Amino acid sequence: MPGPQLLVDEFVSQLRKRKVEGSQATAQLTAELLRTVISQLRAAEAPILIETVRKFGRELIAANPFVETFVLPELSVGNIVRRVLRIIREEDASGVTDGLPSDGDNQETADYADGQVSSADVLATRRLLRSPSLHGLLDRVSNAHTDDMGGKRKAPADKNAKAWMLKHNVMEAINELVEEISGCHQQIAEQALELIHHNEVILTFGKSKSVMEFLCAAKKKRSFRVYVAEGAPKYQGHCFAKDLSAEGFRTTLITDSAVFAMISRVNMVVVGAHTVMANGGIIGPVGLNMLALAAKQHGVPFVVVAATHKLCPLYPENPVVRLNELKSPSDLLQFGEFSECMELAPDSSACVLNVVNPAFDYVPPQLINLFITDIGGHNPSFMYRLIADYYSADDFIL
Amino acid sequence: MDARRGSLPVPRVRQVGFFTPNAQPAPTRSQSGPPDSSSPPLSDSPASNSLSPVMIPPPRHHSDNLAAAPRPTSPLPVPEPSPFRRRGADNNNALLVGSYNPAETLLAMSPSSSHVGDGESEETMSGGWFRRSNSGKLASSLPSGTFDFSPVQSTAEALKPNKVQNPVGISVLNNTILAEVSARPAPKEQQPEAPSSSKQPKPKLTKAERRALQESQRAAKAAAKAVAAPEEVATIKSVKQHQTQKKDAPQVAVSVAASERKGGDKSQEKERRKDAPAPRMQFDDKSRVEKAKRRSVVDQTEAKKRVELFRHLPQYEHGTQLADLESKFLQLDPMHPAIYKVGLQYLAGDISGGNARCIAMLQAFQQVVKDYSTPPEKTLPRDLTAKISSYVSFFTQCRPLSMSMGNAIRFLKNRIAKLSPSLSESESKSSICTDIDRFINEKIVLADRVIVQHASSKVKDGDVLLVYGSSCVVEMVLLHSHELGKQFRVIVVDSRPKLEGKALLRRLVAKGVHCTYTHINAVSYVMHEVTKVFLGASSVLSNGTVYSRVGTACVAMVAHAFRVPVIICCEAYKFHERVQLDSICSNELGDPDAIGKVPGRMDVNYLNDVSNSGNLQLLNLMYDATPADYVSMIVTDYGMIPPTSVPVIVREYRRDHLLI
Repeated sequence: MPGPQLLVDEFVSQLRKRKVEGSQATAQLTAELLRTVISQLRAAEAPILIETVRKFGRELIAANPFVETFVLPELSVGNIVRRVLRIIREEDASGVTDGLPSDGDNQETADYADGQVSSADVLATRRLLRSPSLHGLLDRVSNAHTDDMGGKRKAPADKNAKAWMLKHNVMEAINELVEEISGCHQQIAEQALELIHHNEVILTFGKSKSVMEFLCAAKKKRSFRVYVAEGAPKYQGHCFAKDLSAEGFRTTLITDSAVFAMISRVNMVVVGAHTVMANGGIIGPVGLNMLALAAKQHGVPFVVVAATHKLCPLYPENPVVRLNELKSPSDLLQFGEFSECMELAPDSSACVLNVVNPAFDYVPPQLINLFITDIGGHNPSFMYRLIADYYSADDFIL
Repeated sequence: MDARRGSLPVPRVRQVGFFTPNAQPAPTRSQSGPPDSSSPPLSDSPASNSLSPVMIPPPRHHSDNLAAAPRPTSPLPVPEPSPFRRRGADNNNALLVGSYNPAETLLAMSPSSSHVGDGESEETMSGGWFRRSNSGKLASSLPSGTFDFSPVQSTAEALKPNKVQNPVGISVLNNTILAEVSARPAPKEQQPEAPSSSKQPKPKLTKAERRALQESQRAAKAAAKAVAAPEEVATIKSVKQHQTQKKDAPQVAVSVAASERKGGDKSQEKERRKDAPAPRMQFDDKSRVEKAKRRSVVDQTEAKKRVELFRHLPQYEHGTQLADLESKFLQLDPMHPAIYKVGLQYLAGDISGGNARCIAMLQAFQQVVKDYSTPPEKTLPRDLTAKISSYVSFFTQCRPLSMSMGNAIRFLKNRIAKLSPSLSESESKSSICTDIDRFINEKIVLADRVIVQHASSKVKDGDVLLVYGSSCVVEMVLLHSHELGKQFRVIVVDSRPKLEGKALLRRLVAKGVHCTYTHINAVSYVMHEVTKVFLGASSVLSNGTVYSRVGTACVAMVAHAFRVPVIICCEAYKFHERVQLDSICSNELGDPDAIGKVPGRMDVNYLNDVSNSGNLQLLNLMYDATPADYVSMIVTDYGMIPPTSVPVIVREYRRDHLLI
């Protein structure tokens, strides 16, 4: 079995070569990689775990040094590293709390009940100790349960054993995270019926797997029409329109320039995002800002479908330039297409022709009406809270 | 009907802000003063040559380029008076103006202002006004100057002999009634305002009144069997002066119509209706489509997958008609080869762009006119108009006409209809050809030159200008500014499927203009650095909506969101009185297959086998409508105006637009 360093290096090279497609796959692979790294780690103390994950996380993020090369990294890598760090910190904290006051209780309750009752107690104490968070309110029950199961075996309170217990818990939690990532589309799709009505016209942009699942889920009960903007210069809308029509949607493919013309007949805009920023803005395929503006002008709801692993704890600062990627001009102009008329130019020494081909666009939060994530629908203004739930403030900067 | 004529000058009086300094004596509300007070504005008419940037300049090219324009050799008096008419608001007329002013003042002051905002009726009225005179009832000696209201009045002295000779001068009747009506209550109205000032115009007024009375009586006699004598009409009018004008209009119309033949009025109605823009063909109306199909020359197969939302627009299989038409080339008797050629060029997309298409069409018509000979037992105006109509429908089948072309066709038909029957065939033909030349020259070539001058004055050193697609006027603006030595950068934004920006980029780069090229999705990326946005337009509608190449609205919207001024460059002949709220109701659909293919990108081939999936439709919209909110300024040949002033231009200049 290869060492953790080797695995990380391999993944880094994959990221560099852009062999990993899509944020979901990237997120999942990252989580799995970190799980392996932790499992292979000899030590089990929380600080060591944190330090290791942090080190590898930095390497993974550095796989796309976007500051120098103007390439937008797959930010979900960093997000997952932060999530894992948060898990370790939490488990560490809970282990400490469990270890000190509730040790005896735990043992007793474990004797006569099978965990159900005690889990509520543990949850209560934990809630007291932890900062109030929506995350804990909603889906910590199962987590607490597993902790509790671990807690039973933790009874011979040995320091070493406790550390191993922590590691075990962390592994469990990461497993959950992996499951959550793989099931995010389904979670999102479940909310589709509440948002899509019969005979609606929905406009989408480019290609997004979440949007696909979202629409497919709605299609089981409702019949509606989909307009797809092609999303130049990648033209993924073509592919998406084809896929949608294969699924049986009544699909119409339009050019990006016709977005404004068509938006007046559209009931809802549903788009995917590359990244959700902490202020509630999103980074998406180029052209999204124009679409969002048009939707705003016509009062059409602009709905962003994004899983929580796309939630980035960074606040955008000059996102149009800094969180962007300038692609090759060959998408727009053929090589040599303009060489002869450049020579014709009177002052041929000066560069008279530039080609700008950005790949991403920033949509500010005021243009977004709703986020559909795998844990429910949220306002853009609520994103900061989710970030507080999912990430520890210590890890914002890795 | 005739009494309603009285309402004609009212909007002229009301609009003060956008008035050409030397076009009219411009009687304002306070005009009750002596006529001398109206002459000072005239005296500064030379100053109008230096155009203020916000004022609508006078239609300079009417008079300015008269020498430059191919001078009509035709003996037809029609085009001649108009230049003089504009310029001719000089001193001797200025004196005469006073005689008429009170009428206008009165009408302006009359509380019955229901018709003031009624621009549409005013428009149609004006159409009817000279239409009626085309219908051949007027003596041919009546110059076209009659059609404009106030010049007639102001030059009444000069025209008097003509008028008197007129046996049934309908327009004379109108004028007289009006003059008479206005004459009666006029002093009453004026007294409280300026009792002293009412003295001066009085003698002239009475003279005019007397003359008007005489003429009206004569006209009424000539009309014969007068149930309603002019006096009666006048009394009805004066009694109802303070009621709504609209209400009494039909009554008066009835009485006047009784004095005339009934048929004449009906035909006027028809003409007026014809003058209004015809409702567009709705292609979801099955019966009409069938009917049109039977008439059509071009074989068109309907697209199999029509986009549901656009059923009302023609959706045909592209590429099928061309071969079919080519094969028919030698068999098509009724079609003139020039027409045929242009039609094919439209179909193949060889000619695109509003101006190019319009010029090509007009030149084809010119060719037709040159080769035309009137068939026996037919009259030239009638037959030629019918012919042109059939050609127009052929063009429409090749590619839906743009609104600017519609305007040009209206102009041409108007000219033909107004040809005086006394002209010989060759004279008529040459006069039509000259008219077409003048239209091209004045409304397109010279207008462009004026626009370029205006717009390039807005280009400053260090500017970053964003242009979208390829508009020939905008290109001229950029090149002209570059020639002036201004240092600026151009961002050419382009969009699929036409990629017209590439051609523009090529021409700009060849001239050494510093360019940046990008696609429409990146417009919000580049908008940060842009200082001005220059856009062309296919048409500007009278609610200020700019109807232009698809994507223009997107660019304008983003510019608006980034607080960047949007400047539209558009010739005034492209202005249209139609209104539109969205881009759906009227549009043009391009070839849907152009969407699926991305030239030069082998990796984008998802839709190569698209035909076998039934659910997928491709929509290739050609135009979109930019709301007036996004437009900061429209540069036209009449100056730089806000979009709210488009209806003013349409209303004020429609008349001489048609007259030239």
